[in-house]
Amino acid sequence: MSSTSPSTTQAPETGTARVKRGMAEQLKNGVIMDVVTPEQAKIAEDAGAVAVMALERVPADIRKDGGVARMSDPDMIDGIIEAVSIPVMAKSRIGHLVEAQVLQALGVDYIDESEVLTPADEVNHTDKWAFTTPFVCGATNLGEALRRIAEGAAMIRSKGEAGTGNVVEAVRHMRQIKSDISRLRGLDNNELYAAAKELRAPHELVKEVAELGKLPVVLFSAGGVATPADAALMRQLGAEGVFVGSGIFKSGDPAKRAAAIVKATTFYDDPKVIADVSRGLGEAMVGINIDTLPEGERYASRGW
Amino acid sequence: MSSPLIGVLALQGDVREHLAALDAVGARTTSVRRPEELAAVDGLVIPGGESTTISKLASVFGLLEPLRERVGDGMPAYGSCAGMIMLADKILDPRAGQETVGGIDMIVRRNAFGRQNESFEAAVHVAGVPGDPVEGVFIRAPWVESLGPRAEPIAEYDGHCVAVRQDRLLATAFHPELTGDHRVHALFTEMVRTAG
Repeated sequence: MSSTSPSTTQAPETGTARVKRGMAEQLKNGVIMDVVTPEQAKIAEDAGAVAVMALERVPADIRKDGGVARMSDPDMIDGIIEAVSIPVMAKSRIGHLVEAQVLQALGVDYIDESEVLTPADEVNHTDKWAFTTPFVCGATNLGEALRRIAEGAAMIRSKGEAGTGNVVEAVRHMRQIKSDISRLRGLDNNELYAAAKELRAPHELVKEVAELGKLPVVLFSAGGVATPADAALMRQLGAEGVFVGSGIFKSGDPAKRAAAIVKATTFYDDPKVIADVSRGLGEAMVGINIDTLPEGERYASRGW
Repeated sequence: MSSPLIGVLALQGDVREHLAALDAVGARTTSVRRPEELAAVDGLVIPGGESTTISKLASVFGLLEPLRERVGDGMPAYGSCAGMIMLADKILDPRAGQETVGGIDMIVRRNAFGRQNESFEAAVHVAGVPGDPVEGVFIRAPWVESLGPRAEPIAEYDGHCVAVRQDRLLATAFHPELTGDHRVHALFTEMVRTAG
């Protein structure tokens, strides 16, 4: 093969923005599933998940059990990494630099600095540029998304309200992000400075979004998806893929529901396919009405 | 043939980036999720993504056999990363039941360069792409473990084959669609043009 490649091998550059953001591009049109055991991880992979999120407890159980929710046990994360060949993500607490460092050392493929866990710092998020491992972060609006991207997030997910099985907050946050973006599209260069101030986000990023008409990183949806139709709804509203947490393994037939959500995510604009895959799935998770949640139990308000 | 219609398999992965790169080099483009959409294209790109997911969805939605037929009948196809895996006759380390379209006489190793922390960028010389080397973006990338006599290695990195051409089929372990350099897509579009 030396005839086709005369030059010597150039040193590889790892952890670049392109490699981190590019990883999320590969997940698009896909479903990322919360799993708590290697067995669940295999079910998710067999169902066609593009990645799994390794957790100690799914959000619905974090809500039920209460207490401080932390990074998962390294043995458990290792077990899941061993069990599947698809990418493995794991969550660190907001601002918990060391949990993030540990997850990087364990070799997870993406770190979710997540409001589902109990925040470790009520002022600062983690400086994500300092890591080789890429980060995904939640956002409820464009300003929040851009602040996370400024800190180095390589992927954004709308927050929704995890562990409720209720898609209403996911819809609210996705619509908010999309409408904030369309509003920027109508502004001229002079107005973008004031818009940046209002959004509390760096002007360069605001300008970039105004030009692109989208975030400079991949945007997924999370927090409350429980059915194939929920997943397709989030895609139609502009999500490039979906995270499903408690919705799968808190349902009657996880393997079947997981496969159905994967299919509905690909054929999100084809109601016939969505109808077909929605048949005979057994019970969905029961779900919680958001207005019955006390303020302190709303995860979406964590992070700033 | 004037401007060929090139489809991008849109089951999962970075479909939009491939569509944009093909548009930029003057191809007409469409996304492909159904057998009838596949039947209408002159050439097909299989994008980057998760090869297990793409393979699963292709089987479930009845695309695997039509894909094999069209590739067997000489439809030009290009695969990047997961797409390279889908065009390989054999995977060294497949997931149970993981099927490929096949077509290129090679065995690929999935995630050969490691996990995401080992993902990297490096310049790669590609035979058939004149001028400067292309910017190779390798994300949990495969490499070609071995090739049959009909497959021609056209790029290597660190001693491993990372791009292959066999007749009307092209595959790269890296992602030209994530860069602004569309020369690999121009090469493929030319392959489709001359095939028609």
